[in-house]
Amino acid sequence: MSKVAARPNRGYGRWTPLWFLLPAVATLFLIGIYPTLFALVTSFRRYNITRPRDGFPFVGFENYVTVLTDSTFWSSLFLTAQFYVTVLPIQIVLGLAIALLIHKPGLGMLKSLARVTLVVPLATTYAVVGLIGRLIFNREFGVANQFLDLIGIGAVDWLGTPTGAFAAIAIMDVWQWTPFCALIFLAGLSMVPGEIEEAARLETSSKLALLRYVQLPYLMPGLTSVMILRSADVLKLFDMVFVMTRGGPGSATDLISIYIQRVGFRIFDLGTASAQALLLLVITIILSRLYIRVLYREVN
Amino acid sequence: MRGSSGNILHALGLIAVVVFALFPFLWMVAASFKTQADILASPPVWFFTPTLQNYAEIFADSKVIGAIGNSLIIATSTTFLAVLLGAPAAFALARYEFRGKSDLWFWFISNRMTSPIVLALPIYLLAMQANMLDTHLVLILIYLTFNLPIVVWICTDQFKSIPPDLEQAARLDGADQFTIFRRIYLPLGAPGIAVSAIFSFIFSWNELLYALVLTRRYAQTAPVVATSFMSGYELPWGKIMAAGTVIVLPVTIFALIVSRHMVRGLTMGATK
Repeated sequence: MSKVAARPNRGYGRWTPLWFLLPAVATLFLIGIYPTLFALVTSFRRYNITRPRDGFPFVGFENYVTVLTDSTFWSSLFLTAQFYVTVLPIQIVLGLAIALLIHKPGLGMLKSLARVTLVVPLATTYAVVGLIGRLIFNREFGVANQFLDLIGIGAVDWLGTPTGAFAAIAIMDVWQWTPFCALIFLAGLSMVPGEIEEAARLETSSKLALLRYVQLPYLMPGLTSVMILRSADVLKLFDMVFVMTRGGPGSATDLISIYIQRVGFRIFDLGTASAQALLLLVITIILSRLYIRVLYREVN
Repeated sequence: MRGSSGNILHALGLIAVVVFALFPFLWMVAASFKTQADILASPPVWFFTPTLQNYAEIFADSKVIGAIGNSLIIATSTTFLAVLLGAPAAFALARYEFRGKSDLWFWFISNRMTSPIVLALPIYLLAMQANMLDTHLVLILIYLTFNLPIVVWICTDQFKSIPPDLEQAARLDGADQFTIFRRIYLPLGAPGIAVSAIFSFIFSWNELLYALVLTRRYAQTAPVVATSFMSGYELPWGKIMAAGTVIVLPVTIFALIVSRHMVRGLTMGATK
C-alpha cells in the first residue's frame, strides 16, 4: 500500500470521483432540477398559453390558493388514495398466495413456468394494458361480461358507469402489479435459511404457524417497500387510466396525474397545473424519504 | 398421506397463476388475429379462423411503421446515453466514499418515484421556447430522468461485487483510475451493464405521458399512435390489437431475458 501511496499517479486525487460523477449529475441537473425550478417560477405566474395577450404576470400565491381551495383537486387526491387502498390489499394477498405457491417444494418445471409468466404483466406497455382493458371490459362484446354471465350475473356497463369504470381500472392494475408483489415476497421467502424452515416444518404441520413465526419476519422489509413504492406508483398512474377512461365517466377515475394533465394540457392553465404538480412533488419527496429510511435501515 | 391430492392442488394453483398472468395478454394476441366481425361478436368467440389481415394493415400503415421507428431511435439513443453517463457515475459510487453520497442516492430514488406530470409541464414550456417540441431529442433527454437512476443503481451494485485485488495489481502496474475503469470494471461489469441497458430500453419503449404531450406528428412513438386509434366512431379493433401486440412483443422478450433481475430493476434494490 505504502508503495502505491509513494508513487501518486494521475487520477488518484481527491477530486477523482467528481470526474466520474459530473456528467451524470450535470445531466440530471439540467433535465431534472432546472425544469423543476422553472415550474416553481411558473407556479407563481398566471400562465395560460391560450391567452398570450394577457402576458404571464406574477401573481404571488394566487395559484396555490386556487389549488388548495379547489375541491376537484382534493377529491382527485382522495380518489387516488381510495384507489390505493382498494388495489393494494388485493395485490398483497394475491401476491403472497402466489409467492407461497411458487416457494412450496416440488413441481419444479411448472413452478419455473409460473415464475417466468409473472414477468409478462410487468413488461406490458402501460398504454397497451389500457387498450386490453378497453377490449375486455367492452359492454357489448367484452369477455368480462361473458365471465359474469357464466356465474349468473347480468352484463355490466363497465366503462360507462362510475363504479364499473373504477372497478375496471382497479382490476387491470391488480393484473399488472400483483406479480410485482409476488416476486418481492418470493425473494423474501427465499431468504429464510433452509435448515430453519426444515426444522419448523418438522415441528408443526400448520402452514399458518410457519408463515406467522418463521417466514413473516423475512417478508416484512418487502412488504414495507411494496407499500411505499405502490403509493408512489399510484400517484404516477396515468397511461393505463388515460387510455381506458380519460378520467371518466364524469370524474369517476380522475386520479391525480390525470387531473393535473388535463388542467395543464387541455385547459392550458399551466400556472395552476404547475402549482398542483409541485404539491404532488412534495408528497413524493416525503414518500422517498420514507423509502430511503427503510432501505438504509435494512442495509445497515 | 395426503401427498398426491396436495400435489394436485398445488399444480392447479400454479396453473391458475399462469392463466392469471397470461390471459389478458393472450386475449389481445387472439383478437389481433380476428376479423372485425369475430371481435364484435357477442358473446365473444373463443374459436375462430385466424386472419393476418390486421397485421398486413398495420405494416402497410406508414404512421405505424414511422412510430415504431421513432420508438426504436428514441429508446436506443436514451439507453446509450444512460449507460455512457451512468456507468462512470456508478464506478465512483461503488469505489469511493465522499460527502453527499447519501444525498445523491436520495435524489436518484426520488427521480424513480416522481410522477412524469411534474416534469412534463415545465419541459413542455421550455421545449416550446427552444423550438424542440415534436423532436426525438427532447424525449431522448427527458427519458434520462428515469433511465439514469436505474443504470446507476444496477451498475453500482455490479461494480461493488468486483474484487478489489484485481485493482491493486493494476495500480502497481501504474494504471490510473480511468484505465482501471475501462480495462477492469467495464469488461467485468458487463453483465450488470447489459441488464441495466435492457431495463432502460423497456421503460423508454413503454412510456406514454411525455411522448403524448411533447410530440405532435413527426416524433410520435408507438404507444402514442396505438392510443390514437382509440378515438372516432367505429374503432378498428383488430388493427389496434395487432399494434398492441407488435409493441409489447419485443419488450416482453427483453423482460424474459432479465426476469431474474425484474424485482431489482423495479424497486431500485429494496430486495436482493
